[in-house]
Amino acid sequence: MTDYTQWEGFEGRIWKDEINVRDFIQKNYKQYEGDESFLTDPTEATNKLWTALQKLQKEERANGGILDMETEVVSSLTSYGPGYIDESLKDLEKVVGLQTDKPLKRAFMPFGGIRMAEEACTSNGYTPSEKLHEIFTKYSRTHNQGVFDAYTPEMKKARHSHIITGLPDTYGRGRIVGDYRRVALYGIDYLIEKKKEDLSNCGDRTMTDDVIRLREEISRQISALKGLKEMASIYGFDISQPAKNAKEAVQWLYFGYLGAVKTQNGAAMSVGRISTFLDIYIERDLEAKLITEEEAQELIDHLVMKFRMVKFARIPSYNQLFSGDPVWATLEVAGIGMDGRSMVTKNDYRFLHTLENMGPSPEPNLTVLYSSALPENFKKYASKISINTSSIQYENDDVMKPVWGDDYSICCCVSATQTGKEMQFFGARANLAKCLLYAINGGVDEKEHNQVGPAYKPITSEYLDYDEVMDKYIVMLDWLAELYVNTLNLIQYMHDKYYYEEEEMALIDTDVRRTFATGIAGFSHVIDSLSAIKYAKVKVVRDETGLAVGYETEGDFPKYGNDDDRADEIGEWLLKTFLKMIKKHHTYRDSEATTSILTITSNVVYGKATGATPDGREAFTPFAPGASPSYGAEENGLLASLNSVAKIPYHWALDGISNTQTMNPNALGHSENERINNLVQVLDGYFDQGAHHLNVNVFGKDKLLDAMEHPEKEEYANFTIRVSGYAVKFIDLTREQQLDVISRTCHEHM
Amino acid sequence: MSNLIGKINKLETFGLVDGPGVRYVVFLQGCSMKCKYCHNPETWYGSAPIEMTPEQLYKKALRYKTYWKNNGGITVSGGEALLQLDFVTELFELAKKDGIHTAIDTSGNPFKMNEEYLEKFNRLMRVTDLFILDLKEINNKKHIELTSQPNDNILQMAQYLSKNNKKMWIRHVLVPNLTDNEADLKKMDEFIRSLNTVTRVEVLPYHTLGVPKWEKLGRKYPLEGYKIPTKEQITKAEDILRVDSFPEKA
Repeated sequence: MTDYTQWEGFEGRIWKDEINVRDFIQKNYKQYEGDESFLTDPTEATNKLWTALQKLQKEERANGGILDMETEVVSSLTSYGPGYIDESLKDLEKVVGLQTDKPLKRAFMPFGGIRMAEEACTSNGYTPSEKLHEIFTKYSRTHNQGVFDAYTPEMKKARHSHIITGLPDTYGRGRIVGDYRRVALYGIDYLIEKKKEDLSNCGDRTMTDDVIRLREEISRQISALKGLKEMASIYGFDISQPAKNAKEAVQWLYFGYLGAVKTQNGAAMSVGRISTFLDIYIERDLEAKLITEEEAQELIDHLVMKFRMVKFARIPSYNQLFSGDPVWATLEVAGIGMDGRSMVTKNDYRFLHTLENMGPSPEPNLTVLYSSALPENFKKYASKISINTSSIQYENDDVMKPVWGDDYSICCCVSATQTGKEMQFFGARANLAKCLLYAINGGVDEKEHNQVGPAYKPITSEYLDYDEVMDKYIVMLDWLAELYVNTLNLIQYMHDKYYYEEEEMALIDTDVRRTFATGIAGFSHVIDSLSAIKYAKVKVVRDETGLAVGYETEGDFPKYGNDDDRADEIGEWLLKTFLKMIKKHHTYRDSEATTSILTITSNVVYGKATGATPDGREAFTPFAPGASPSYGAEENGLLASLNSVAKIPYHWALDGISNTQTMNPNALGHSENERINNLVQVLDGYFDQGAHHLNVNVFGKDKLLDAMEHPEKEEYANFTIRVSGYAVKFIDLTREQQLDVISRTCHEHM
Repeated sequence: MSNLIGKINKLETFGLVDGPGVRYVVFLQGCSMKCKYCHNPETWYGSAPIEMTPEQLYKKALRYKTYWKNNGGITVSGGEALLQLDFVTELFELAKKDGIHTAIDTSGNPFKMNEEYLEKFNRLMRVTDLFILDLKEINNKKHIELTSQPNDNILQMAQYLSKNNKKMWIRHVLVPNLTDNEADLKKMDEFIRSLNTVTRVEVLPYHTLGVPKWEKLGRKYPLEGYKIPTKEQITKAEDILRVDSFPEKA
C-alpha cells in the first residue's frame, strides 16, 4: 500500500491506493454541531492585505473596471514570475499565487478566440501585440475560428436572432471543476504516476478516433501536471509530494486552482467542495497544537482573498450577458453525507465568516448545500450571514445527493457535478419565449423580420386559439431542439480541439462522465403566455406586413408564481417536453443531456432581443431571471411564489433551477433573532418540498435606489446582491440591469 | 360545509410580523375605523376582490404548512377581522382540528359587551390562540380624533380577554408628534400592566408605504408631513411600554 509520512494520523486505506478524495473525507472529517462562538476576528495581516486589496479594487473601478491588462504575453502555467497583492506585504500572505505578475492584472488568453482576446484589450484602451496576432491568425487557430468555420447558415441566423443565445463560441465554456484537493492530498508525482497508468491502459491496440484523441489528451494532462509543479516552484514550493500540514494543504490546493485560471477563461471557474476536506488538515494541526484558531481562520481568509482576485479580460458583449465581472469561483459548504452524517465542519463556518471578517463579496460564489436536517446552529448562522450580507445562495442537498452523491461540486452558478469524476459541456440557453413567437409567426423573427425558423404556416386568426398555438409551438420547439443540440455539438468539438482543459482534466478521472448542459430562457413568460391564451382572450396585433408584433389580453388568467396548478403545470409540461426533444438527438462524446432553467443576468439581453409576449410582457424588455416568476405576477407573497417554483421536478432539470428572491429586512421579523429563525423556516419549508435553489437577498428597495444614485458612498463599495445564480456588487451592474433588479418584486409585507 | 362567504381583500403567504413565526395572513375587507395612518385603506369599503368559504380558504392556507412547523400558522387581519366574526370562527375551527396556530389581528372596534355578541365571541375565543390587539390611543378623545371611533369597548375587550385567560399581544403604532405623547404612553403602560395575559408588546414604527394607496383611491392622505420615527424615538417608546419585560419579546 502506498503511504506517505504526510498522511500520518489519517484514517482509511482505499484512498491511499487509488485517487479517491471522497473516501479520504468520509474516513476523516469531524462533524461540528456547535455554534459560531469559536470564530475569530481577522488577524492584523489579514486586515493589512485586505486593505491593500480594497485599495486596488477601488482603483480598478475608478479606472473603468480594469486595473491593468496584459498585451504581450500569452497566459500559461509558467508565463509569469511570482506576483503578490503588495510587494511590501508579501511576507504576510499565507497563501500565494496570482494569475499574472501583478494583482488584478488581466491575462491575455487567445485560445478561445484571438479576436475576442484582442477586442478585450482594444475596448479597454490597450493595444494588443502584433506578433501574437500574427501567430494566432497565420500559424495557429483558435476555438472561435473553428466554430465559425463549421457553423451552418441556419446556425448563424439563429445565433444572430438570439433564439439560441449566450453560446460559448466566443469564450471558454468553463464549468469544469478540477479536483484541486488532489494536489494537496496526493502531491503531483502520485497524480502523474496514475495518469501514466491510464495512458498505458488506453485503447485495445485499435487506433480509433476515440482512442487517439484520448491518448493525446492524457499526454497533455501529464504535461499540465508537470507545468503545475514548475508553476509552484516559481513561488518557492515543491508540490511533488502530498501537503504535510494545513498551510501546505491550502497552498497546494490553491495552486491547483490557480493553474486552471491561468490556462482557462471559462465563464465559470468553480473552486468546488473544499471546505470539509481542508478542515481535516486544520483539525489535525489544531489537535497537534501546530496552529491556533486565529491561524486557521487566517488561512481561510487569505485563500478567500485570492478567490476574490480572480479576473478575466472580457469583451463588452460578454459583460452585457454576465454583468458585474463574475468568474463563478463557486465554493460549497455543508451538505449531508450518504451515511446521514452532517458534513458541516468548523471550516464551513470559517468560510462563511470570511464575509464578516472581510465584508460582503460576490466571489467566491458561496453556496450552502442545504437540508433541513443540517445542524440547527449552522442553519441559523448561514441565515444570519444571508441577512447581513446577501452574499450566499442555497441549494438543496436532499435533491442533489441522490443524483450526484455526497462529493459533488457546483460547477457554475447552480449546476452540480461529481467532483473529479465528471465534466460538463456547457451549452447556454434556448430562448423558448422567442420560439413561441416563431410558432405564431411561422418562423419569421419578430425583431429582424427575416425567416430564421422553418417557414411553417403562421397563425392568421385575430384571436389566438390555444390548441392551434400548442400544435404549432410543439413543432417549432422540435426544430429548435435539434438545431440547438447540433450547434452545441459543434461548439464542444471545437473547444476540445482548440482549447482543451488539460490542467483541469488532469485533476479529474480519465474515465470521465460527461453531461451536456442545455438550458431554457424565458420560462415564466412562456407559462404565463400559454395560460393567457388558454384562460383569457388574446388578440393579436399585426403590423402592415401581417407579422404579429403585439398582443392584447382581455380577462384574468392564472400566473406562474401564485401556487396555482393551472399555471404551474404548464411549466412542468414545457420543461419535460423540451428535454425529451433534446434527448432525441446525438450528443457529442455520448454525453448525457440535461437542462436548466437559469439565466444568470442574461435575462436582460435575451429579453431585449425578444418581441412582446402574450402574457403582457412588452417587446424588447427583460425576461424574469431563471425560473423566477415574472415581475408583478406574484400576487400572494413570497411563499406562494416559492411553492410554484418548488413544483418544478429537479430530476428533469438536473443542470439547475435558479430562483432569486428579495425580502425586506423589516418584513422578515421584528428582531435579529426572529429574522434568523424565520428565514430558516422559509428555507426548510421551501427545500423540504424538493425545490432546487434559492438566492436570498435581504434589503429594501430604497437601498437599491440610493446605491444606484450614489455609487460613490463608502457603504456601497462592497454592497453585494444575489442575482440569478451568482452575486455581484450592485454598483458594478450596468444601469439597465440595476433598473431590472429594482423592478423585481421585493417582498416587503409589513 | 358552510355557506358563509368571506369577503377577502388580499392573501399574503409570507407574513412574518403578524404573530409568532411564519404566518398565512388573510386580510378581510371592511373596517369602520378610519385611522389616519392606515396602510391598507383599500380594505375599508367596497366589494371584496376575493370571496371564499372557510373550507376553500383553509385548503389554500394549508399549502403553507411546510413553512410553519411549530412556529407559525394563520393570522386573520384586515380591514377589521371581527366584522366577519362568524367566518373567522369557522375558519379557525377547521384549523384547530388540525392543531394549527391561529391568531386574529384586530382593533377591537366591533366588540360589544352584550350577551348576544359575547356568545359568538366566546366561540371565536375557543379556537383563537392569540389576539393581537392594536391599541391606537389610550386617551379616548385622541382615539376618536385619530380613528373616528371611541376606545372604551376596545379596552373592555382587552379586559375581557384577560379575564378569560386569553393570550394577547398589544401593538401600538408610533407616529412622532401624534401617538408618542409620553404621558399617554405611560397610561397605556399602566393599562397593559392591569391585564394578566399579555405576552408581548410591540411598538410599530409608522411607515409611509401605504401613502400611494390613498392617492390611488383618490383620498387625501391625512398625515401629510408627519415623519417616520427615529431609532431613538422608537427605543424611548419601547422603554416606556417596557417591551423587554414580556415573555415573548421580539
